[in-house]
Amino acid sequence: MSKQPSKRTSVFGSDTSGLLVLLVVIAGAFSLAAPQFLTVPSLSSMGYQLPLLGFLTLAMLGPVLSGGLNLAIIYTANISGLTLAWVLLQFGGPDPGIEAFIIGVIAAIAVGMLAGAAIGAIVAYVGAHPILVSLAMMVFLRGLGEFLTRGGDISGFPDYMRVIGHGSVMGIPVPFILFLLVAVGWHILLKRTRHGFSVYMTGSNIQAAEYAGLHTKRTLVLIYAFSGLLCAIAGILMAARFNSVRVGHGEALLLITVLACFLGGVDPFGGHGRVVPVVISLFILQILSSGLNLVGANQHLATAVWGLFLIAVMMLRSHHIKILISYLRKE
Amino acid sequence: MHSFLRDNKIEVRMAVVLLAICLALSLLTDSFFTLVNLTSLLNNNAINLIWAVGLLVVLIAGGIDISFAVASSVVQYVGVQILFSLDGGNWVLGLTICAIIGIGLGLINMILIHTFRVVTIVITIATYNAFFGLLMFFTRGRSIYDLPDWLTDRIFIFEHELADGSWAELNLSVGVMIVCVIATWILIRRTNLGRQLYAFGDNPEGARRAGVNVAAMQALAFGWMGMMAGIAGLMQVNIVQEVVPNALFGRELDVLAAVVLGGARLGGGKGSILGCVIGVMFVAVTQNGLNLLGVSPFAFQMIIGAAILVAISTSNLNFSDLFKFRREAAK
Repeated sequence: MSKQPSKRTSVFGSDTSGLLVLLVVIAGAFSLAAPQFLTVPSLSSMGYQLPLLGFLTLAMLGPVLSGGLNLAIIYTANISGLTLAWVLLQFGGPDPGIEAFIIGVIAAIAVGMLAGAAIGAIVAYVGAHPILVSLAMMVFLRGLGEFLTRGGDISGFPDYMRVIGHGSVMGIPVPFILFLLVAVGWHILLKRTRHGFSVYMTGSNIQAAEYAGLHTKRTLVLIYAFSGLLCAIAGILMAARFNSVRVGHGEALLLITVLACFLGGVDPFGGHGRVVPVVISLFILQILSSGLNLVGANQHLATAVWGLFLIAVMMLRSHHIKILISYLRKE
Repeated sequence: MHSFLRDNKIEVRMAVVLLAICLALSLLTDSFFTLVNLTSLLNNNAINLIWAVGLLVVLIAGGIDISFAVASSVVQYVGVQILFSLDGGNWVLGLTICAIIGIGLGLINMILIHTFRVVTIVITIATYNAFFGLLMFFTRGRSIYDLPDWLTDRIFIFEHELADGSWAELNLSVGVMIVCVIATWILIRRTNLGRQLYAFGDNPEGARRAGVNVAAMQALAFGWMGMMAGIAGLMQVNIVQEVVPNALFGRELDVLAAVVLGGARLGGGKGSILGCVIGVMFVAVTQNGLNLLGVSPFAFQMIIGAAILVAISTSNLNFSDLFKFRREAAK
């Protein structure tokens, strides 16, 4: 407490050191177990895979910080992707111009933010539980998407969209660059702005924040709208990567985003948590998944390991273990 | 009667809406208010309702469970394997084995939550991934079609031939569902344990000081949920006559929405069997009604999602406050 936090610790902080050690250990173990792990193709394929889960996790992070949860993220992303696809179709032809894409992106973001803001508004002004509201929104958006697409998929996007999903700049995958930019932006928004401050205060104690004169209701609407914005980006990325839009793309990622948040040390009750450790925990999850794949295990084992991993982290963080460690140190 | 209306506001309101929907459907369609349709409604929702009453107990105790549908899948697979090793077995053995495996899985959740003091949603999301990943890994996604005869036999607890030659019948799962609902009702309303469960969910610290055994309460809630998941898993096998490892994956959130719609509070201490049944039937009847009205099945989820959103928004808003505010503003 007495120690004055320096600029460096405020970005990386003590909570990241453990995760960084873990990251290095896991990466080291896999590079020993699989020689092809630390090669350019393997690393770049991770760079293409990570951003999708990354955007969705960042979308989950805001609501969790405010003491809620947004279970509608996947379908918000799908609906945003559908909006983009619809706009591109409206401009007709096999090769719509770049302006069609820009309009489509704006429309997708608007739809995503609207869906998020609706959740935020009901949570803030009605006082219903965020799990329930976002759950209902999830059911609604899934239904809306299925209704509009009849359960099928829309595919065939202009070639320039491939750049977003598959391109690279100086060997670094474009989606990865996008993800880092958004993560930095999200970090700045949460840590350096009035809105970010308000999010943390609302998450810690909504009543105290209200009495302190913060617009907690507006904050909640905004935080879910931002969550919707990040979902829209994820939706656009999905459309570019898979070259198709379908309701249900990425469905299995929903609970993994929650897992990534908690692995990154976010307080499930809200108020505490930062972008940097969450990003590091995303790297850990991606390395676990890719590494297990290289060693020859299947994707489902990776899912199981993610779950077991979270349980292990929660055990290590628990009160009992802390008492045990301090006891051992005294001895 | 008056106190019943006062104490069960949400249940009564939902019941009125449900009755109105039923009445409208009986007038609008010839086929809704027929024995065949009503029995098939029950047959199709027996599994959901078995899960729902289990989930209700967890919600009352202040927890939440995401892993139950996946737990049912694990029970199906493991249970059938054990039955094979016992040369077939019978109903009594099957139900006992499945209930025990289910309770075991529930207790895994409980032990993790209780020992390490982790928020229940975090642990159940982790075990959800762990259970599902391990199940898919070990089974390699293969289904089991070759089941013991007693398990796949159609058993009807009620059958009645109508004048036009069609059959109205209730299968075994409905009978089991009724038993589960009554047993849960007795547990939470008619036993001392049930009262402790409500007290514990409403105020864990207060209940602990009043002498409620916290570990026992959590074991009861998650054990009960696990038992219901086990029974539901076996009943599902009886209905579909095969074991598919990922068949139940993804149904947990819909059941959760239905239970909370029926007045169970996320956060504990509130909820009733009546509300739970109404919540599940609300979703079922809406879906069934839309089907009979000839609405495209793709629109079902959308309308149900919208209905839940409206229900949440209106049941939490206090309309008299709104009017009071307006009157004051007019002054």
